[in-house]
Amino acid sequence: MAGTAIAFDDVSKRFGGHAALSGVSLTIASGEFVALVGASGSGKTTLLKTINRLVAPDSGTVTLGGVDVAAGPAPEIRRKIGYVFQEIGLFPHLTVAENIGVTPGLLGWPVERIAARVSELLDLVSLPAAVAARRPAALSGGQRQRVGVARALAAEPALLLMDEPFGALDPITREALGADVRALHDRLGLTTVMVTHDMAEAVLLADRIIVLDAGAVIADGAPVDLVRTATDPRIRALIDAPRRQAARLAERLGGGA
Amino acid sequence: MNEAVALLPGYLAWHVLLSAGALVLGLAISLPLAVLASRSPRLRWPLLAFAGLIQTIPSLALLALFFPVLLALSSASNALFGKGFSALGFLPSLLALTLYSMLPTLRTTVTGILGVDPAVREAADGVGMTPRQKLWRVELPLALPVIMAGVRTATVWTIGAATLSTPVGQTSLGNYIFAGLQTENWIFVLFGCAASAGLAIAADQLLGLMEAGAAHSDRRLVIAGAAGLLAGVALALLPLAATGKPASYTIGAKNFSEQYILAELMAARLEADGAHVARKEDLGSAVAYRALAAGEIDAYVDYSGTLWANILNRQDNPGRQAVLTGLTTELMARDGVVVLGSLGFENAYAFAMRRDRAAALGVTSLADLARLSPRLKLGSDIEFLSRPEWKNVDAAYGFSFARETSYQPTFMYRGLASGDVDVISAFSSDGRIAANDLVVLTDPRGALPPYDAVILISPKRAADARLLKALKPLVGAVSVEAMRTANYSVDRDEGKLSPAAAAVELARTLDQH
Repeated sequence: MAGTAIAFDDVSKRFGGHAALSGVSLTIASGEFVALVGASGSGKTTLLKTINRLVAPDSGTVTLGGVDVAAGPAPEIRRKIGYVFQEIGLFPHLTVAENIGVTPGLLGWPVERIAARVSELLDLVSLPAAVAARRPAALSGGQRQRVGVARALAAEPALLLMDEPFGALDPITREALGADVRALHDRLGLTTVMVTHDMAEAVLLADRIIVLDAGAVIADGAPVDLVRTATDPRIRALIDAPRRQAARLAERLGGGA
Repeated sequence: MNEAVALLPGYLAWHVLLSAGALVLGLAISLPLAVLASRSPRLRWPLLAFAGLIQTIPSLALLALFFPVLLALSSASNALFGKGFSALGFLPSLLALTLYSMLPTLRTTVTGILGVDPAVREAADGVGMTPRQKLWRVELPLALPVIMAGVRTATVWTIGAATLSTPVGQTSLGNYIFAGLQTENWIFVLFGCAASAGLAIAADQLLGLMEAGAAHSDRRLVIAGAAGLLAGVALALLPLAATGKPASYTIGAKNFSEQYILAELMAARLEADGAHVARKEDLGSAVAYRALAAGEIDAYVDYSGTLWANILNRQDNPGRQAVLTGLTTELMARDGVVVLGSLGFENAYAFAMRRDRAAALGVTSLADLARLSPRLKLGSDIEFLSRPEWKNVDAAYGFSFARETSYQPTFMYRGLASGDVDVISAFSSDGRIAANDLVVLTDPRGALPPYDAVILISPKRAADARLLKALKPLVGAVSVEAMRTANYSVDRDEGKLSPAAAAVELARTLDQH
């Protein structure tokens, strides 16, 4: 692994009286696929958003490759980072191609290069070229989030942030898209940070799981270590729920059938 | 009808220029304000409240309110830079309509921008848009249908309200409506309403076409709508370009038949001398004199008693000749206004009753009327009950009518005929007094002031030989009988003449003397 991609140094953020983040310090290495896991209100989305300055910390710093994200205009930093939104957030008045090409357009790429990139990305996220001219409303939920992923990757970022990217999808689409994103991560050599409340998803996709609770990191490690060694009841609850579910599933379906 | 059609190009041109100007100006102001308001809750409330407040002011009052304000600004500018501007007509109308057009767009633009899905807004930030890019590429396009609804409402409102610019001296389609109401020319009233409504519908439909085009990303529809609007405006404005020559004289008139006829009479004499003459009709009573004193109009006819009480604020009644002499010296000394002379008849306030009713009650004078007034109902025109003349006559006789009702003059005569009211405040030169066989009650205490019709000349035309030569022969030339006949020819229900035609008839009787 080549060096540190992201470093959080004592990052805190309050919303009103509620502490969303209290003194988080972490480093994420280049090429890692990190899952930020935690219950609702644990601060995982807030932590993700400090990376591209959708949230500004009250104190502490976030650096990308050693450079403070607070330096320079926020739009410039955001254009270098792919971002997949929880609610997908496609622009309803633009076509699929225009949605995907939006960040390259902001960066001033020539029209031909954007067009080539759009068709390359549609291919990459396994969408037929015909959807390019459609509006997001004409797509299924899974297709829409594939467009969301394509839009995030359009400007060839080294860093991909995803905020509960598969939350709104049906289980089959969710599994397929998850696997595709992991494959893209490996193929493109990305650094990926994904927020999820689903420990099973984190175990299946990530190299490293960071568990947050009440704005603080309570566990950080490879999935296998975490599952094996964690004793904290808050972490065990996150791990055991999907395991119990899998066991009950196996039991009801008659063991190995 | 043909007469109405002949006037259409000029009226429509001004109406379109005024409405389009007010809308463009209103949009240019309200759109940036709405964007600011959508960003700042602290600005939003007061701004929308202010725009809402403007909307609650009746549009006619809003138009009238701008006149004194602009007059003061104009004289201040005259004092400071030696150059004033016209406080009458186009400018007050444009400003009032601009204010009036702002609320719908302001409100819908704020609502539209705030209504954009927060997830889409965050996505715009997340993909790296600057606040300005977010506004132009995401927020405004998504708010566009809502904004367009406001623009269309503003367009329809403004085109409708522009008819009200007639009383502040701006020609518009309202000229049909105001003149038609006064002379009971219902074809004119309906024609004016239909023309204004047709214009509003056409503009609304073309904007709707653009909106539909934008919603379906169909550039051809947007271009077709925009081209239709531009072509329509350009076509409507053509008559203005063709008759761009500024009029050399402007004759004013207040808002009733006698005024229209006398304005036409004066204008015709100037035109016979080869001069260009513009008319500014339907001026409010207070607006007319101030417009003359400021040089906005060059001449009009007013009445000695009105000037005495309302301009010089005099309560006394020294007699007909003393009032005339006093006015001639004081208006010149105070405002530089020339009282050219009396036309030769009075149009005084008078109390009139149906002959049968007066005979049955035994009423011949205002003193008799006062005695019986608790049993009687008074009908008056809209101004009368708030005028000093009424206060004087009321103080002299001590009326206490069972009911007092204000009407448009036309409906006042109808009310008297139908018995809704027993006595009305009439004008002594009104042709309907003779035609309806009404009796005018005598004024034994001399409480009603004299109302000689006098020609007034603006200060800047005080020494204009051409104007004086054209109008001087009218002094002393119009008898009250001739004026009544002329008025009746315009006011009657059957076979009515236009004011211009009545002026021609009147001029013919003058020439016979």
